[in-house]
Amino acid sequence: MKVLSDTGVHVRDPAELVGQAIPQREGMEKVDGSALYVADLFRPGMLHGAILQSHRPHARIVCYELGAALALKGVRAIVTGDDLQDGHRMGAFIKDEPALAKGKVRYVGEIVAAVAADSEAIARAATRLIVVEYDDLPAVLDPAEALEPGCATVHDNAQDYVSVFDSGTRGNVCSRTDYRCGDIDRAWAECDLVVEHEYRTQAQAHLSLEPCGALAEVDSAGRVTLWSANQSVFRVQANVCESLGLSMTQLRCLTPRVGAGFGNKMEAHVQPALVLLARKARRSVKLILSREEDFESVRARHPFRIRMKTGVKRDGTLVARETELLLDGGAYGDDSPGVLGYALLMQNGPYRIPHVHAHGQVAYTNKLRFGAFRGFGVPQVTFASETQLDEIAQRLDMDPLALRRKNMLAGKDSWFGGQAIRSNGLAECVDTVARESDWAARRQPVAPSAQADGNGKRRGFGVALSAHVSGLLASGAIVRVLEDGSVLLNTGAVDIGQGSNTVLTQMCAQSLKLPLDRVAIASPDTDGSPYNWGTTASRVTYVAGLAVVGAAAEVEKKLKLQAGAMLECSVEDLELLPGGRVAIKGVAQRNVSFADISGRAHWAAGGPIIGTHSWVFDQPTFDAKATDPKRAVASGLPFPQIGVYSFNAMVVEVEVDDATGRVRVLHTWSACDVGRAINPQLAIGQIEGAFVQGMGYALTEEMVWDGPRLANPSLMDYKIPTIAESPEAMHSYLIESDEPSGPFGAKSVGEIGINGVAAAIANAVTNATGARLRELPLSAERVLRAILADPPATGHTVP
Amino acid sequence: MTSTTPHALTLQVNGEAVHIGAALNDTVLTIIRDRLHLTAAKRGCNQGVCGACTISVDGTPMRACLSLAHNCQSSDLRTLEGMLELPSMRALQESFIANAGFQCGFCTPGILVSAQALIERDPDPDEAAIRGALSGNLCRCTGYASIIAAVKAAAATLRRGEAA
Repeated sequence: MKVLSDTGVHVRDPAELVGQAIPQREGMEKVDGSALYVADLFRPGMLHGAILQSHRPHARIVCYELGAALALKGVRAIVTGDDLQDGHRMGAFIKDEPALAKGKVRYVGEIVAAVAADSEAIARAATRLIVVEYDDLPAVLDPAEALEPGCATVHDNAQDYVSVFDSGTRGNVCSRTDYRCGDIDRAWAECDLVVEHEYRTQAQAHLSLEPCGALAEVDSAGRVTLWSANQSVFRVQANVCESLGLSMTQLRCLTPRVGAGFGNKMEAHVQPALVLLARKARRSVKLILSREEDFESVRARHPFRIRMKTGVKRDGTLVARETELLLDGGAYGDDSPGVLGYALLMQNGPYRIPHVHAHGQVAYTNKLRFGAFRGFGVPQVTFASETQLDEIAQRLDMDPLALRRKNMLAGKDSWFGGQAIRSNGLAECVDTVARESDWAARRQPVAPSAQADGNGKRRGFGVALSAHVSGLLASGAIVRVLEDGSVLLNTGAVDIGQGSNTVLTQMCAQSLKLPLDRVAIASPDTDGSPYNWGTTASRVTYVAGLAVVGAAAEVEKKLKLQAGAMLECSVEDLELLPGGRVAIKGVAQRNVSFADISGRAHWAAGGPIIGTHSWVFDQPTFDAKATDPKRAVASGLPFPQIGVYSFNAMVVEVEVDDATGRVRVLHTWSACDVGRAINPQLAIGQIEGAFVQGMGYALTEEMVWDGPRLANPSLMDYKIPTIAESPEAMHSYLIESDEPSGPFGAKSVGEIGINGVAAAIANAVTNATGARLRELPLSAERVLRAILADPPATGHTVP
Repeated sequence: MTSTTPHALTLQVNGEAVHIGAALNDTVLTIIRDRLHLTAAKRGCNQGVCGACTISVDGTPMRACLSLAHNCQSSDLRTLEGMLELPSMRALQESFIANAGFQCGFCTPGILVSAQALIERDPDPDEAAIRGALSGNLCRCTGYASIIAAVKAAAATLRRGEAA
């Protein structure tokens, strides 16, 4: 196994593109201001759109009064729920969401109407002239109350919605999932220590710097071209077409540069309402959300309520775990069923626990929808699991790392549910961060000590382990050899800034032994790109990468067929030479160039060379053959086939101000088993970026509701980390475990780096102060209150 | 008279005089983006917090979203597009690419404008100076470490006189 660190990137073979720290291919346009995001686009005769949002959490829409708005000079069209036909709804798992509010509003901030006008100022002025008459209904604001008998229901007939899996949707239950392995009821008696607590996590805003927006253009036949900030042109197409009742042939979806996503741009935002508006106006319309509208109307990370109970032997062997989750799903299903099912699959963490019951529900409430956000439920359950493991270690008087090493998955251990793991670099991750942080020497055990100096600053170390999948669902790739022998790669995968265009190009170029500048990558386009489920689930490098490698292999085969005819030899005797040539093995001077081959193909024989490959992850998540089929039971499983597993270990050092409770993260050591780093620099960028986003989640970020209304929908009041708060030093390590099924051995790195951050920081705060917090974020106020209630008894005052 | 009534406005943008009609409440950001179609300055929050709209006003980084256009008629306004020939900006561009000082790139033009002003006044900024100068520019992708490295590298390149 190989360890790559951020101090000096090592490359196996300098001639190889895979494994090289190649700068992003869009680098120059991003540093000269010419990169075009959707807000930068203008079309001839384009109108500007604006939305009217609901200011009621739950109400029936009685009627709309549009006269004054339509009379405003420059207003061209207005759409409301009355423009929607009944019965068309969208949703990744449960088809429960209209393109904009129809019949009812279900949260403050929901889109109620949209206006197209000659300018954005006129469109916004017109929204203020629209009068909507509401008939208020009781607002459902708490997920536990939502599930009580007699509670008002967010959806009138939820049980009738179409669901893509056995979601159990009814009343305010959006979905429910239940997994069992082993015999949990008998297992507790075998345990020497059982620890049980409740944990709470907060709503986090994605805060991609680019607000959501879209531009729709309608041709004279009514066909729509739609540019939008998105993570999947194909999910945009599906959502718009499902919610408006359009055939997919009537909508072409495109992607300009995307100003990051983190999950926020995977499912729909304004695209369905905007397409409705543009079709009514029969003009091009651009609609960009303000930051406040983006906060209030799009989606956020789920608040979790977690009850977790863990049983362990005196020697630290984990025996049993029960986890019960209650997720606030908000008004619409969106990705909530997936987040619940995945969080339950991951709540064990990367450990052997023989007896497990993991179950939970998503409740509908009258808040904005919660959905996909980097980590997809794992940061929440990892916060509970990894802080509970620290508590167990403390009570058993064990080193937290020793407890983890004793129980962590290794060798041929399978994942919870039975899926085989064929590459596991977790031990190397743990060894690396333990060594590099000098854990054994620098981390002082939690032990009673004297009262601290109240003006002092205390330091502490914390650790967390986690895993994540790479994979999920389908992707295709098309590799075309152009007339001059250069290559165009088309995958439909949206590069949201993480650098997948570069990584996929590296894999394609390396497969065909071409220099990078002979491979171009097409921009995602539902008219021309093969299906790609999306830039989500840490899947592009692995899934799209496999499609690219497969398509390139088909191109190689076709090139060799042509070359065999040209060189009058057998295909088996041919090999690719670097630089775009096919030669007879061992006789390099007998070769033909890709240009000559492609010329022959285009004009004489065989036709243009096109390689395609399609792929879907097909290993079962719950593998009855690998476990005891009588005892491994899953109901409400949203992902029957999920992906390969990546691993992470991280150590953090924090400083806690005794007087204010403020926590600063000083140093981080994070090691990710990525299978193989296709581009180490971009991979480390994912680890660092995920850490700081996780640090905001751990310490400062919290969406706060004042009754039904989001109280802090602005960057003034919602605090994400700035450069001033970013850690003094982040040490990142890439562990290469060589996944047998992966492209060049690669797994993923997009999300895993965030999973353990809040847990590791919380463990470090406990190590520094003795106070254990079970609710996020670890705001200065919460930490100070915890310290005052439970005066610091451990840690070390820094002079 | 409504808030959208246009008034004659003259701005100096990237060294050229621009004469247009603009409402009294139009910001510089609205003029440069929506009227002049200069794309580098971004609208991230329209509230003066995120820094994605940062431009140079008489050599000082300023929020274009908080600056009323009619108040800036005597100022030399420079967006990133108008600073590309500066050796310090060239050095920053190269080092941001080499050090992966961006991912999605949405915050990058604003960060480059802030960083350029820093290395013009402090050719050898230490880490605290870099953090101070860029503390008004939010980035949600990188975690900032690569940005700090990129600014340091650009300053070092300029000190060695190797700017392109």
